[in-house]
Amino acid sequence: MAPRAVAIIAALTVAGLVIGPVTAVILRAEAFSGFRPADWQALRFTLVQATLSALLSVLFAIPVARALARRQFIGRGLLVALLGAPFILPVIVAVLGLLAVFGQSGLLNRALEPLGLPDLQIYGLQGVLLAHVFFNLPLATRLILQGWLAVPAEQFRLVATLGMGRGAMWRAIEYPMLKRIVPGAFAVIFVICLSSFAVALTLGGGPRATTLELAIYQSMRFDFDLARAAVLGLVQLGLALTAGLIALKVTAMPVAAQGLDRHVPRWDRNSLGAKLWDLVWIVLAAAFLLTPLAMVTFNGLAGITTLGAPVWQAAGHSILVALGSTALCLLWALPLATRWGEWLGLAGIALSPLVLGIGLFLIVRPFANPFELALYVTATVNAFVSLPFVLRILRPEAESIRADYARLRDAMGLSGWAWLRWILLPRLKRPLGFAAGLTAALSMGDLGVIALFADPDRATLPLKVYQLMGAYRMDQAAGGALLLLILSLGLFWMFDRGGRVGSST
Amino acid sequence: MALQLDQIEARAGAFVLSADLTVPTGQRVAVIGASGSGKSTLLDVVAGFRRPTSGAVRWHGQDISNLSPGQRPVSILFQDTNLFPHLTIGENLALALNPATGRLRTGDGDRIEASLTRVGLRGFADRKLSAMSGGQQSRAALARVLLQNRPVLLLDEPFAALGPALKTEMLDLVAEVAATEALTVLLVTHDPQDARRFASQTIVVEEGQATPPRHTEDLLNDPPEGLRAYLGER
Repeated sequence: MAPRAVAIIAALTVAGLVIGPVTAVILRAEAFSGFRPADWQALRFTLVQATLSALLSVLFAIPVARALARRQFIGRGLLVALLGAPFILPVIVAVLGLLAVFGQSGLLNRALEPLGLPDLQIYGLQGVLLAHVFFNLPLATRLILQGWLAVPAEQFRLVATLGMGRGAMWRAIEYPMLKRIVPGAFAVIFVICLSSFAVALTLGGGPRATTLELAIYQSMRFDFDLARAAVLGLVQLGLALTAGLIALKVTAMPVAAQGLDRHVPRWDRNSLGAKLWDLVWIVLAAAFLLTPLAMVTFNGLAGITTLGAPVWQAAGHSILVALGSTALCLLWALPLATRWGEWLGLAGIALSPLVLGIGLFLIVRPFANPFELALYVTATVNAFVSLPFVLRILRPEAESIRADYARLRDAMGLSGWAWLRWILLPRLKRPLGFAAGLTAALSMGDLGVIALFADPDRATLPLKVYQLMGAYRMDQAAGGALLLLILSLGLFWMFDRGGRVGSST
Repeated sequence: MALQLDQIEARAGAFVLSADLTVPTGQRVAVIGASGSGKSTLLDVVAGFRRPTSGAVRWHGQDISNLSPGQRPVSILFQDTNLFPHLTIGENLALALNPATGRLRTGDGDRIEASLTRVGLRGFADRKLSAMSGGQQSRAALARVLLQNRPVLLLDEPFAALGPALKTEMLDLVAEVAATEALTVLLVTHDPQDARRFASQTIVVEEGQATPPRHTEDLLNDPPEGLRAYLGER
C-alpha cells in the first residue's frame, strides 16, 4: 500500500497549497472597505485586453495555419517547431526583443522616421496586445494547424474531383473545421491572458493599462495594502476559475503537438493569388516571431561580456530555483499521474501565481520574514504552476505502462520501490525528460511571484533584467536577457536530451 | 493436501462464475471451455486478481482468499507480457528472485544461470526480449516461473502465439519441469489436443459453471452435451 500513501501525501500537499493560501487571502480580505474606481478599471482592462489578445491571435493564426497546412518549403519543419518555442521563452526576453523592434528607438520607428510619420508608442494597451499576440499567435497557429491536418485527405480529393470553387470549399470543409477549433483556441488564449502579469508590468502600467494581477502587485509593493491585494486576488481567482471551466469545456490543450509535420495534398493551391497570399503570411509570421529574438541576441552579445556580479548571482539563484522547482514538480507529478490527479493539478492553471504568492506571504509572515524565503516560495509556486502541463504529458504514458504491466507486477509481487526503480521510471524516461525541461525553462524565465517578495539580495535573473530595464541600463539588460535566453533553452535542451539518450522505447 | 475451490462464486459485471472443486497436489489439470465461459475468471480467482464474492480458495487447507497475487503460493504465465521488455532477461529474473529491490544477492547469479540452462537458454542473461524469438521468449518466461519457486503454476493459454510444433515443444518442457518440481498446474486452453497431451485431468467450464476435474481421456471420448457442442462433431 506504500504507493497509495505516497499518492495521498502528494495530493494533500497540492491541495493544501491551494486551500491554505486561498483561505488566508479570504480571511484577510474581510477587512476591506470597498472597490475603488481604479480597481474597476483594472477589472475592465483585464477583460478587454484578454478579449482583444485572443481575438487578434486567432484572427492572424487562421491564414498562417492555412499557409503552413498547404505549402511545403525548406524550413517549414523548423518554423513549425519554432511555434512551440514561446511556451518556454521568458517573457522578459520577448519584451526586450519587442522593444528593440517596436519601441521608441526600435527598428520600426527608425525605418519610419525618414517618411516623416509620427513615432509609434509601444507602452499601453497596444504594447500589451503586441506581446500577447507574440506569445499566443504561435499557440493558436498550432491548434488550428492541427485542425487542418486532421481533415481527411479524401475530403480534399473529393473537392477536387467535384471541381468545387473556393466558396464551396470554404463552406464544405474549412468553415466547419474552424467552427470546431477556433472557439477552443480563443478560450485558451483568453484564460492565459487573464492572468497576464509580466507583460502588463513591463509594457502596460499606469491607470489605463493595469491588469488585476498588476494591481495586486502594486497594492503589495507600493501601498502595502494587504486587504486590497487580497480582495483583488479573490476577484482574479473567481475570474480565472469561471473562464477556466468554460475553456475546459470547449477545448483540449495541446502541450506536445505531434504529427504537425504531416502534409495534406490539396488542389486549391496552384493559383498565383493563393501562392502570394500564403507567402505573405508565412514571411510576416516568421518575421514577427524571429526579428525580436534576433534583436535580443544581437543586442545582448555586447552586454553579456560586461555583466556585473549581481547579474551572475541572480543567474545562480535562478538556476537553483529552476532545478528545485523541477524536482518538486516531478515529485508531485509521478504519484499524481492519474485521472483524478490531473483534475487536482488543474488548480495550477486556475490559481494565479500572485494570488498564491499573497496567500503564502500572509501565512509565512507570523513565523518568518517572507522576504528571506522569496526564492523558496518562488520555486514552490513555479512547480505548482507547471504541474498541470507536466501531468498532461506524463499521465497518458504512465497509464499505458500501468495498463500493460500491472498484472505482471502483481504476479511477481513487486514492491512499490522496485516498480518505480525498474519499471515506471525507465519506461517514462522520455516524457519525464521533456516535462522536466519544460518545468525548468518555465521556472527559469518566470517573472511573477518573485517580484512580490524580492529584495536586492534575492533577485532572480528575470527580475534582475527587469530592474536593469527600469534603471535604463539597456546594454546590461540586453546582456542579461541573452544570458537568460541561453540558460532557459539550455536547461530545456539538457533535460529533454537526457530523456532521449538510451531511452528504451 | 490440495488446491481447493470451496463453494466459490465470483462476479465480473453481470457474469457469475461458480466452482466447487479440488485439484490434488502435483496434478496437471486442463481447464477447457468456450471463450466467455469463465476460464480466465477461474484462473484470476486462483491467482488473486479477482476476489470471490463468496466461498474460499484454500491451499493445503489454508484460506488464501485474502492474499494478494504476489503473496500466494502461485505463479502465472499470461498470454502475453510475461517479462518486462526494457530490461534484460537477467534483470527480469533478478526481480523474480527479489521482488522488493530487484537487486542480486550472493548466489543469485548462479541460480539465474541455472534456471536459464534448465530451459535451454544458457548465456541469454544479457539479452533483451526484442533480441529473442517467440519460442525463446516463452522459455525465458518459464525460467521466471522456475525462480519464483511457487508450488502452483497457472498457464493462461501462454503459448497461443506460437506455431503448433513450438507449442507442443513448450508444453512438453512445462510438463517435464512440473513433474520434477512436483508442481500443481492449471492449464487454460481451448484446444482438446493440448488437454490430452498435457493433462491427465480436465475441468470443463461452461456458462460460468466449473465442473470438478475428470479423467481427460474419458471426458473427451464421451463428452457431456455442452462440451460436445463446443468440440463439434467428432
